[in-house]
Amino acid sequence: MRDRLGEWDLRFSPYLYIAPFFLIFGLTGLFPLLYTAYVALFDWELGGAEPTFVGLDNFTTLLADEQFWTTLTNTISIFLLSSGPQLVIAVLLAALLNTRVRPATGWRVGVLLPYAASLVAIGIIFANLFGRDFGLVNTLLEVFGLDRIDWQANRFASHLAIAFMVNWRWTGYNALIVLAAMQAIPKDVYEAAVVDGAGAVRRFFSITLPLLRPTLIFMVITSTIGGLQIFTEPKLFDTRPGSNNGGSSNQFQTITLYLYQSAFENQNFGYASAIAWVLFLVIIIFAGINFLLTRRLAGVGR
Amino acid sequence: MTACGSGAGSDGKLELTIATFTEFGYEDLLKEYEAAHPNIRITHRKTGQSAPHHQNLYTKLGAGSGLADVEAVEEGHRAKVMERADKFANLREIGPADVTPERWLPWKSEAVTTKDGRLIGYGTDIGPLAMCYRKDLFAEAGLPSDPEGVKPLFATWDSFFAAGEKFAEKVKGKAWFDSAAQIFNAMQNQLPQGYYNTEDKLIIESNPAIKANWDKLTAAVAKGQSAKLTAFGPEWNSAFRTGAFATKTCPSWMLGVVEQHAGPENQGKWAVTDAFPEGGGNWGGSFLTVPKQSKHPKEAAELAAWLSAPAQQLKAFAAKGPFPSQVEALSSEQLLNSHNKYFDVKAGALYAAQARKVTKAQYKGPADGELQDVVGLAALQKVEQGASSAEGWQQLVDGAKKLAK
Repeated sequence: MRDRLGEWDLRFSPYLYIAPFFLIFGLTGLFPLLYTAYVALFDWELGGAEPTFVGLDNFTTLLADEQFWTTLTNTISIFLLSSGPQLVIAVLLAALLNTRVRPATGWRVGVLLPYAASLVAIGIIFANLFGRDFGLVNTLLEVFGLDRIDWQANRFASHLAIAFMVNWRWTGYNALIVLAAMQAIPKDVYEAAVVDGAGAVRRFFSITLPLLRPTLIFMVITSTIGGLQIFTEPKLFDTRPGSNNGGSSNQFQTITLYLYQSAFENQNFGYASAIAWVLFLVIIIFAGINFLLTRRLAGVGR
Repeated sequence: MTACGSGAGSDGKLELTIATFTEFGYEDLLKEYEAAHPNIRITHRKTGQSAPHHQNLYTKLGAGSGLADVEAVEEGHRAKVMERADKFANLREIGPADVTPERWLPWKSEAVTTKDGRLIGYGTDIGPLAMCYRKDLFAEAGLPSDPEGVKPLFATWDSFFAAGEKFAEKVKGKAWFDSAAQIFNAMQNQLPQGYYNTEDKLIIESNPAIKANWDKLTAAVAKGQSAKLTAFGPEWNSAFRTGAFATKTCPSWMLGVVEQHAGPENQGKWAVTDAFPEGGGNWGGSFLTVPKQSKHPKEAAELAAWLSAPAQQLKAFAAKGPFPSQVEALSSEQLLNSHNKYFDVKAGALYAAQARKVTKAQYKGPADGELQDVVGLAALQKVEQGASSAEGWQQLVDGAKKLAK
């Protein structure tokens, strides 16, 4: 009997220990995912009549929906404008913080501050900065003899402004992650390189970057997921309070904003679910591409 | 926002929640009600803007729980709520017996009566329209600036835009009106038929009056009459202070908005007169409803009836300016003598006169609110940002069709 118990313990305990994760994942991750796929097959009006089954209609409508392609382009554009510069600056910032700056903790807390600020407050402040008539950015442009920009009306300018908001918030956060990884690189590797006569730039590219690879991959994946789901910044950037339009002709509406509009403004739950699933696939594709790219770039053939 | 329902509180008091948006002027009234009903405690959920309030309303209506016992519904969202009338209590049944639809202006209570005669809302305020204008800017343009003298300018939309043209020639760097969407809103609400006919069929393309208004307005935009601001956005707020535009379509509730944004330093510059192009109109106004999911529908209906009774409507008007919709309140001395210090005018009498010019509430189809707020606004904004009138119109029509589908 005792032996039997011991055997069971050995065999099943590990599963029991990891069960909570799978239970919670099933409840908060897997179930919503599958249920969303189910809802996407219906014409499901929130609070309206009984949902009717429409098969893949929502998906075919979506693929022919001009607004969807606009929002997809916007999302990718804002994502590229934010994630790219953000990661480069984060690595450089980390390299700077890794040198002997004083007070070290002060600077490190400093770069994290934007991340700790309320996203809504940031959104409102930046929307004001990028105002057409009374915005500070336009006033500065005028001081330097440049033309005012209608940040809301111009599609690229609006993406730039939103990317600016995102970068301001996330660069410091990413820099600290890179810094932690940098400090984990053994000092003797650098010392050996110095003895061999490698300069600071050579050390950065031949030692630091390759050894940062796992961290960079992690950062790229998380920022891909976050970047493609961008919602609050474009929502708050709109001059009309509460608007989900993303500008007069959706020039800065992102997929998530369109999803939100479909679900909660137009109460079209089935359609919104279809958008959610397509977004999910887009994220997987992008994360995959970025994973391969990062492995290449920081990998130096390994 | 908490999603709690209501029930008996820990101290044994009956807990009622009421959800409103922007300014209903209920803060003191709710305290007064609590004082008169020691067994009731009221929680007030207040949302700054109309759109999120109604989004929350629809979501929780769909979910079947989480709504307040008394939910405010704005005019633009009325049609959508009427579609879901079965999810709201019939106030004729559960409301106090002495509260009958005759209390309100006829079109106000008709608007929330279903085809089978159920009343699902008590009218709170209405939004009779008048015209606000900057006296100093009018003088600068060589236009008359006293309240009687300006009336001919505000007789029709044609005279309004003609005056705007004169203004734009004389005064540089200032606009005639704040935003095309704000003007279009008023024009649209004046039409006997709106975006939908009474069979809920979209008639935006077959109703020539809508296109005529569109053309008139976008021509004025092309001539530089619009300040191209998004109403209620941060730049619009600031523009009141700098005096960036000369006129403002002013439903009664707008007086408070103008005062708040223009600030004390501009007191004496803003005026309002009892004239509005093509007579009058109604813009906005709300209703108090009791969702069926309320656990205390009777008490909730009592509170809603009390809040929308003449005496309380007058107090709310004094506090924040929502204009009474009850017949009795409209002829009260208190209202007629009420004086708005900022505009230096008997605003109560002025808007009572404007309210009488409204004869009928336009029928609102299912997606009327979003069409006006979301699609129409965006299309006009696009024109203000440089697109052609035709492009903007196409966006409006396409958007309307997509919404109505």
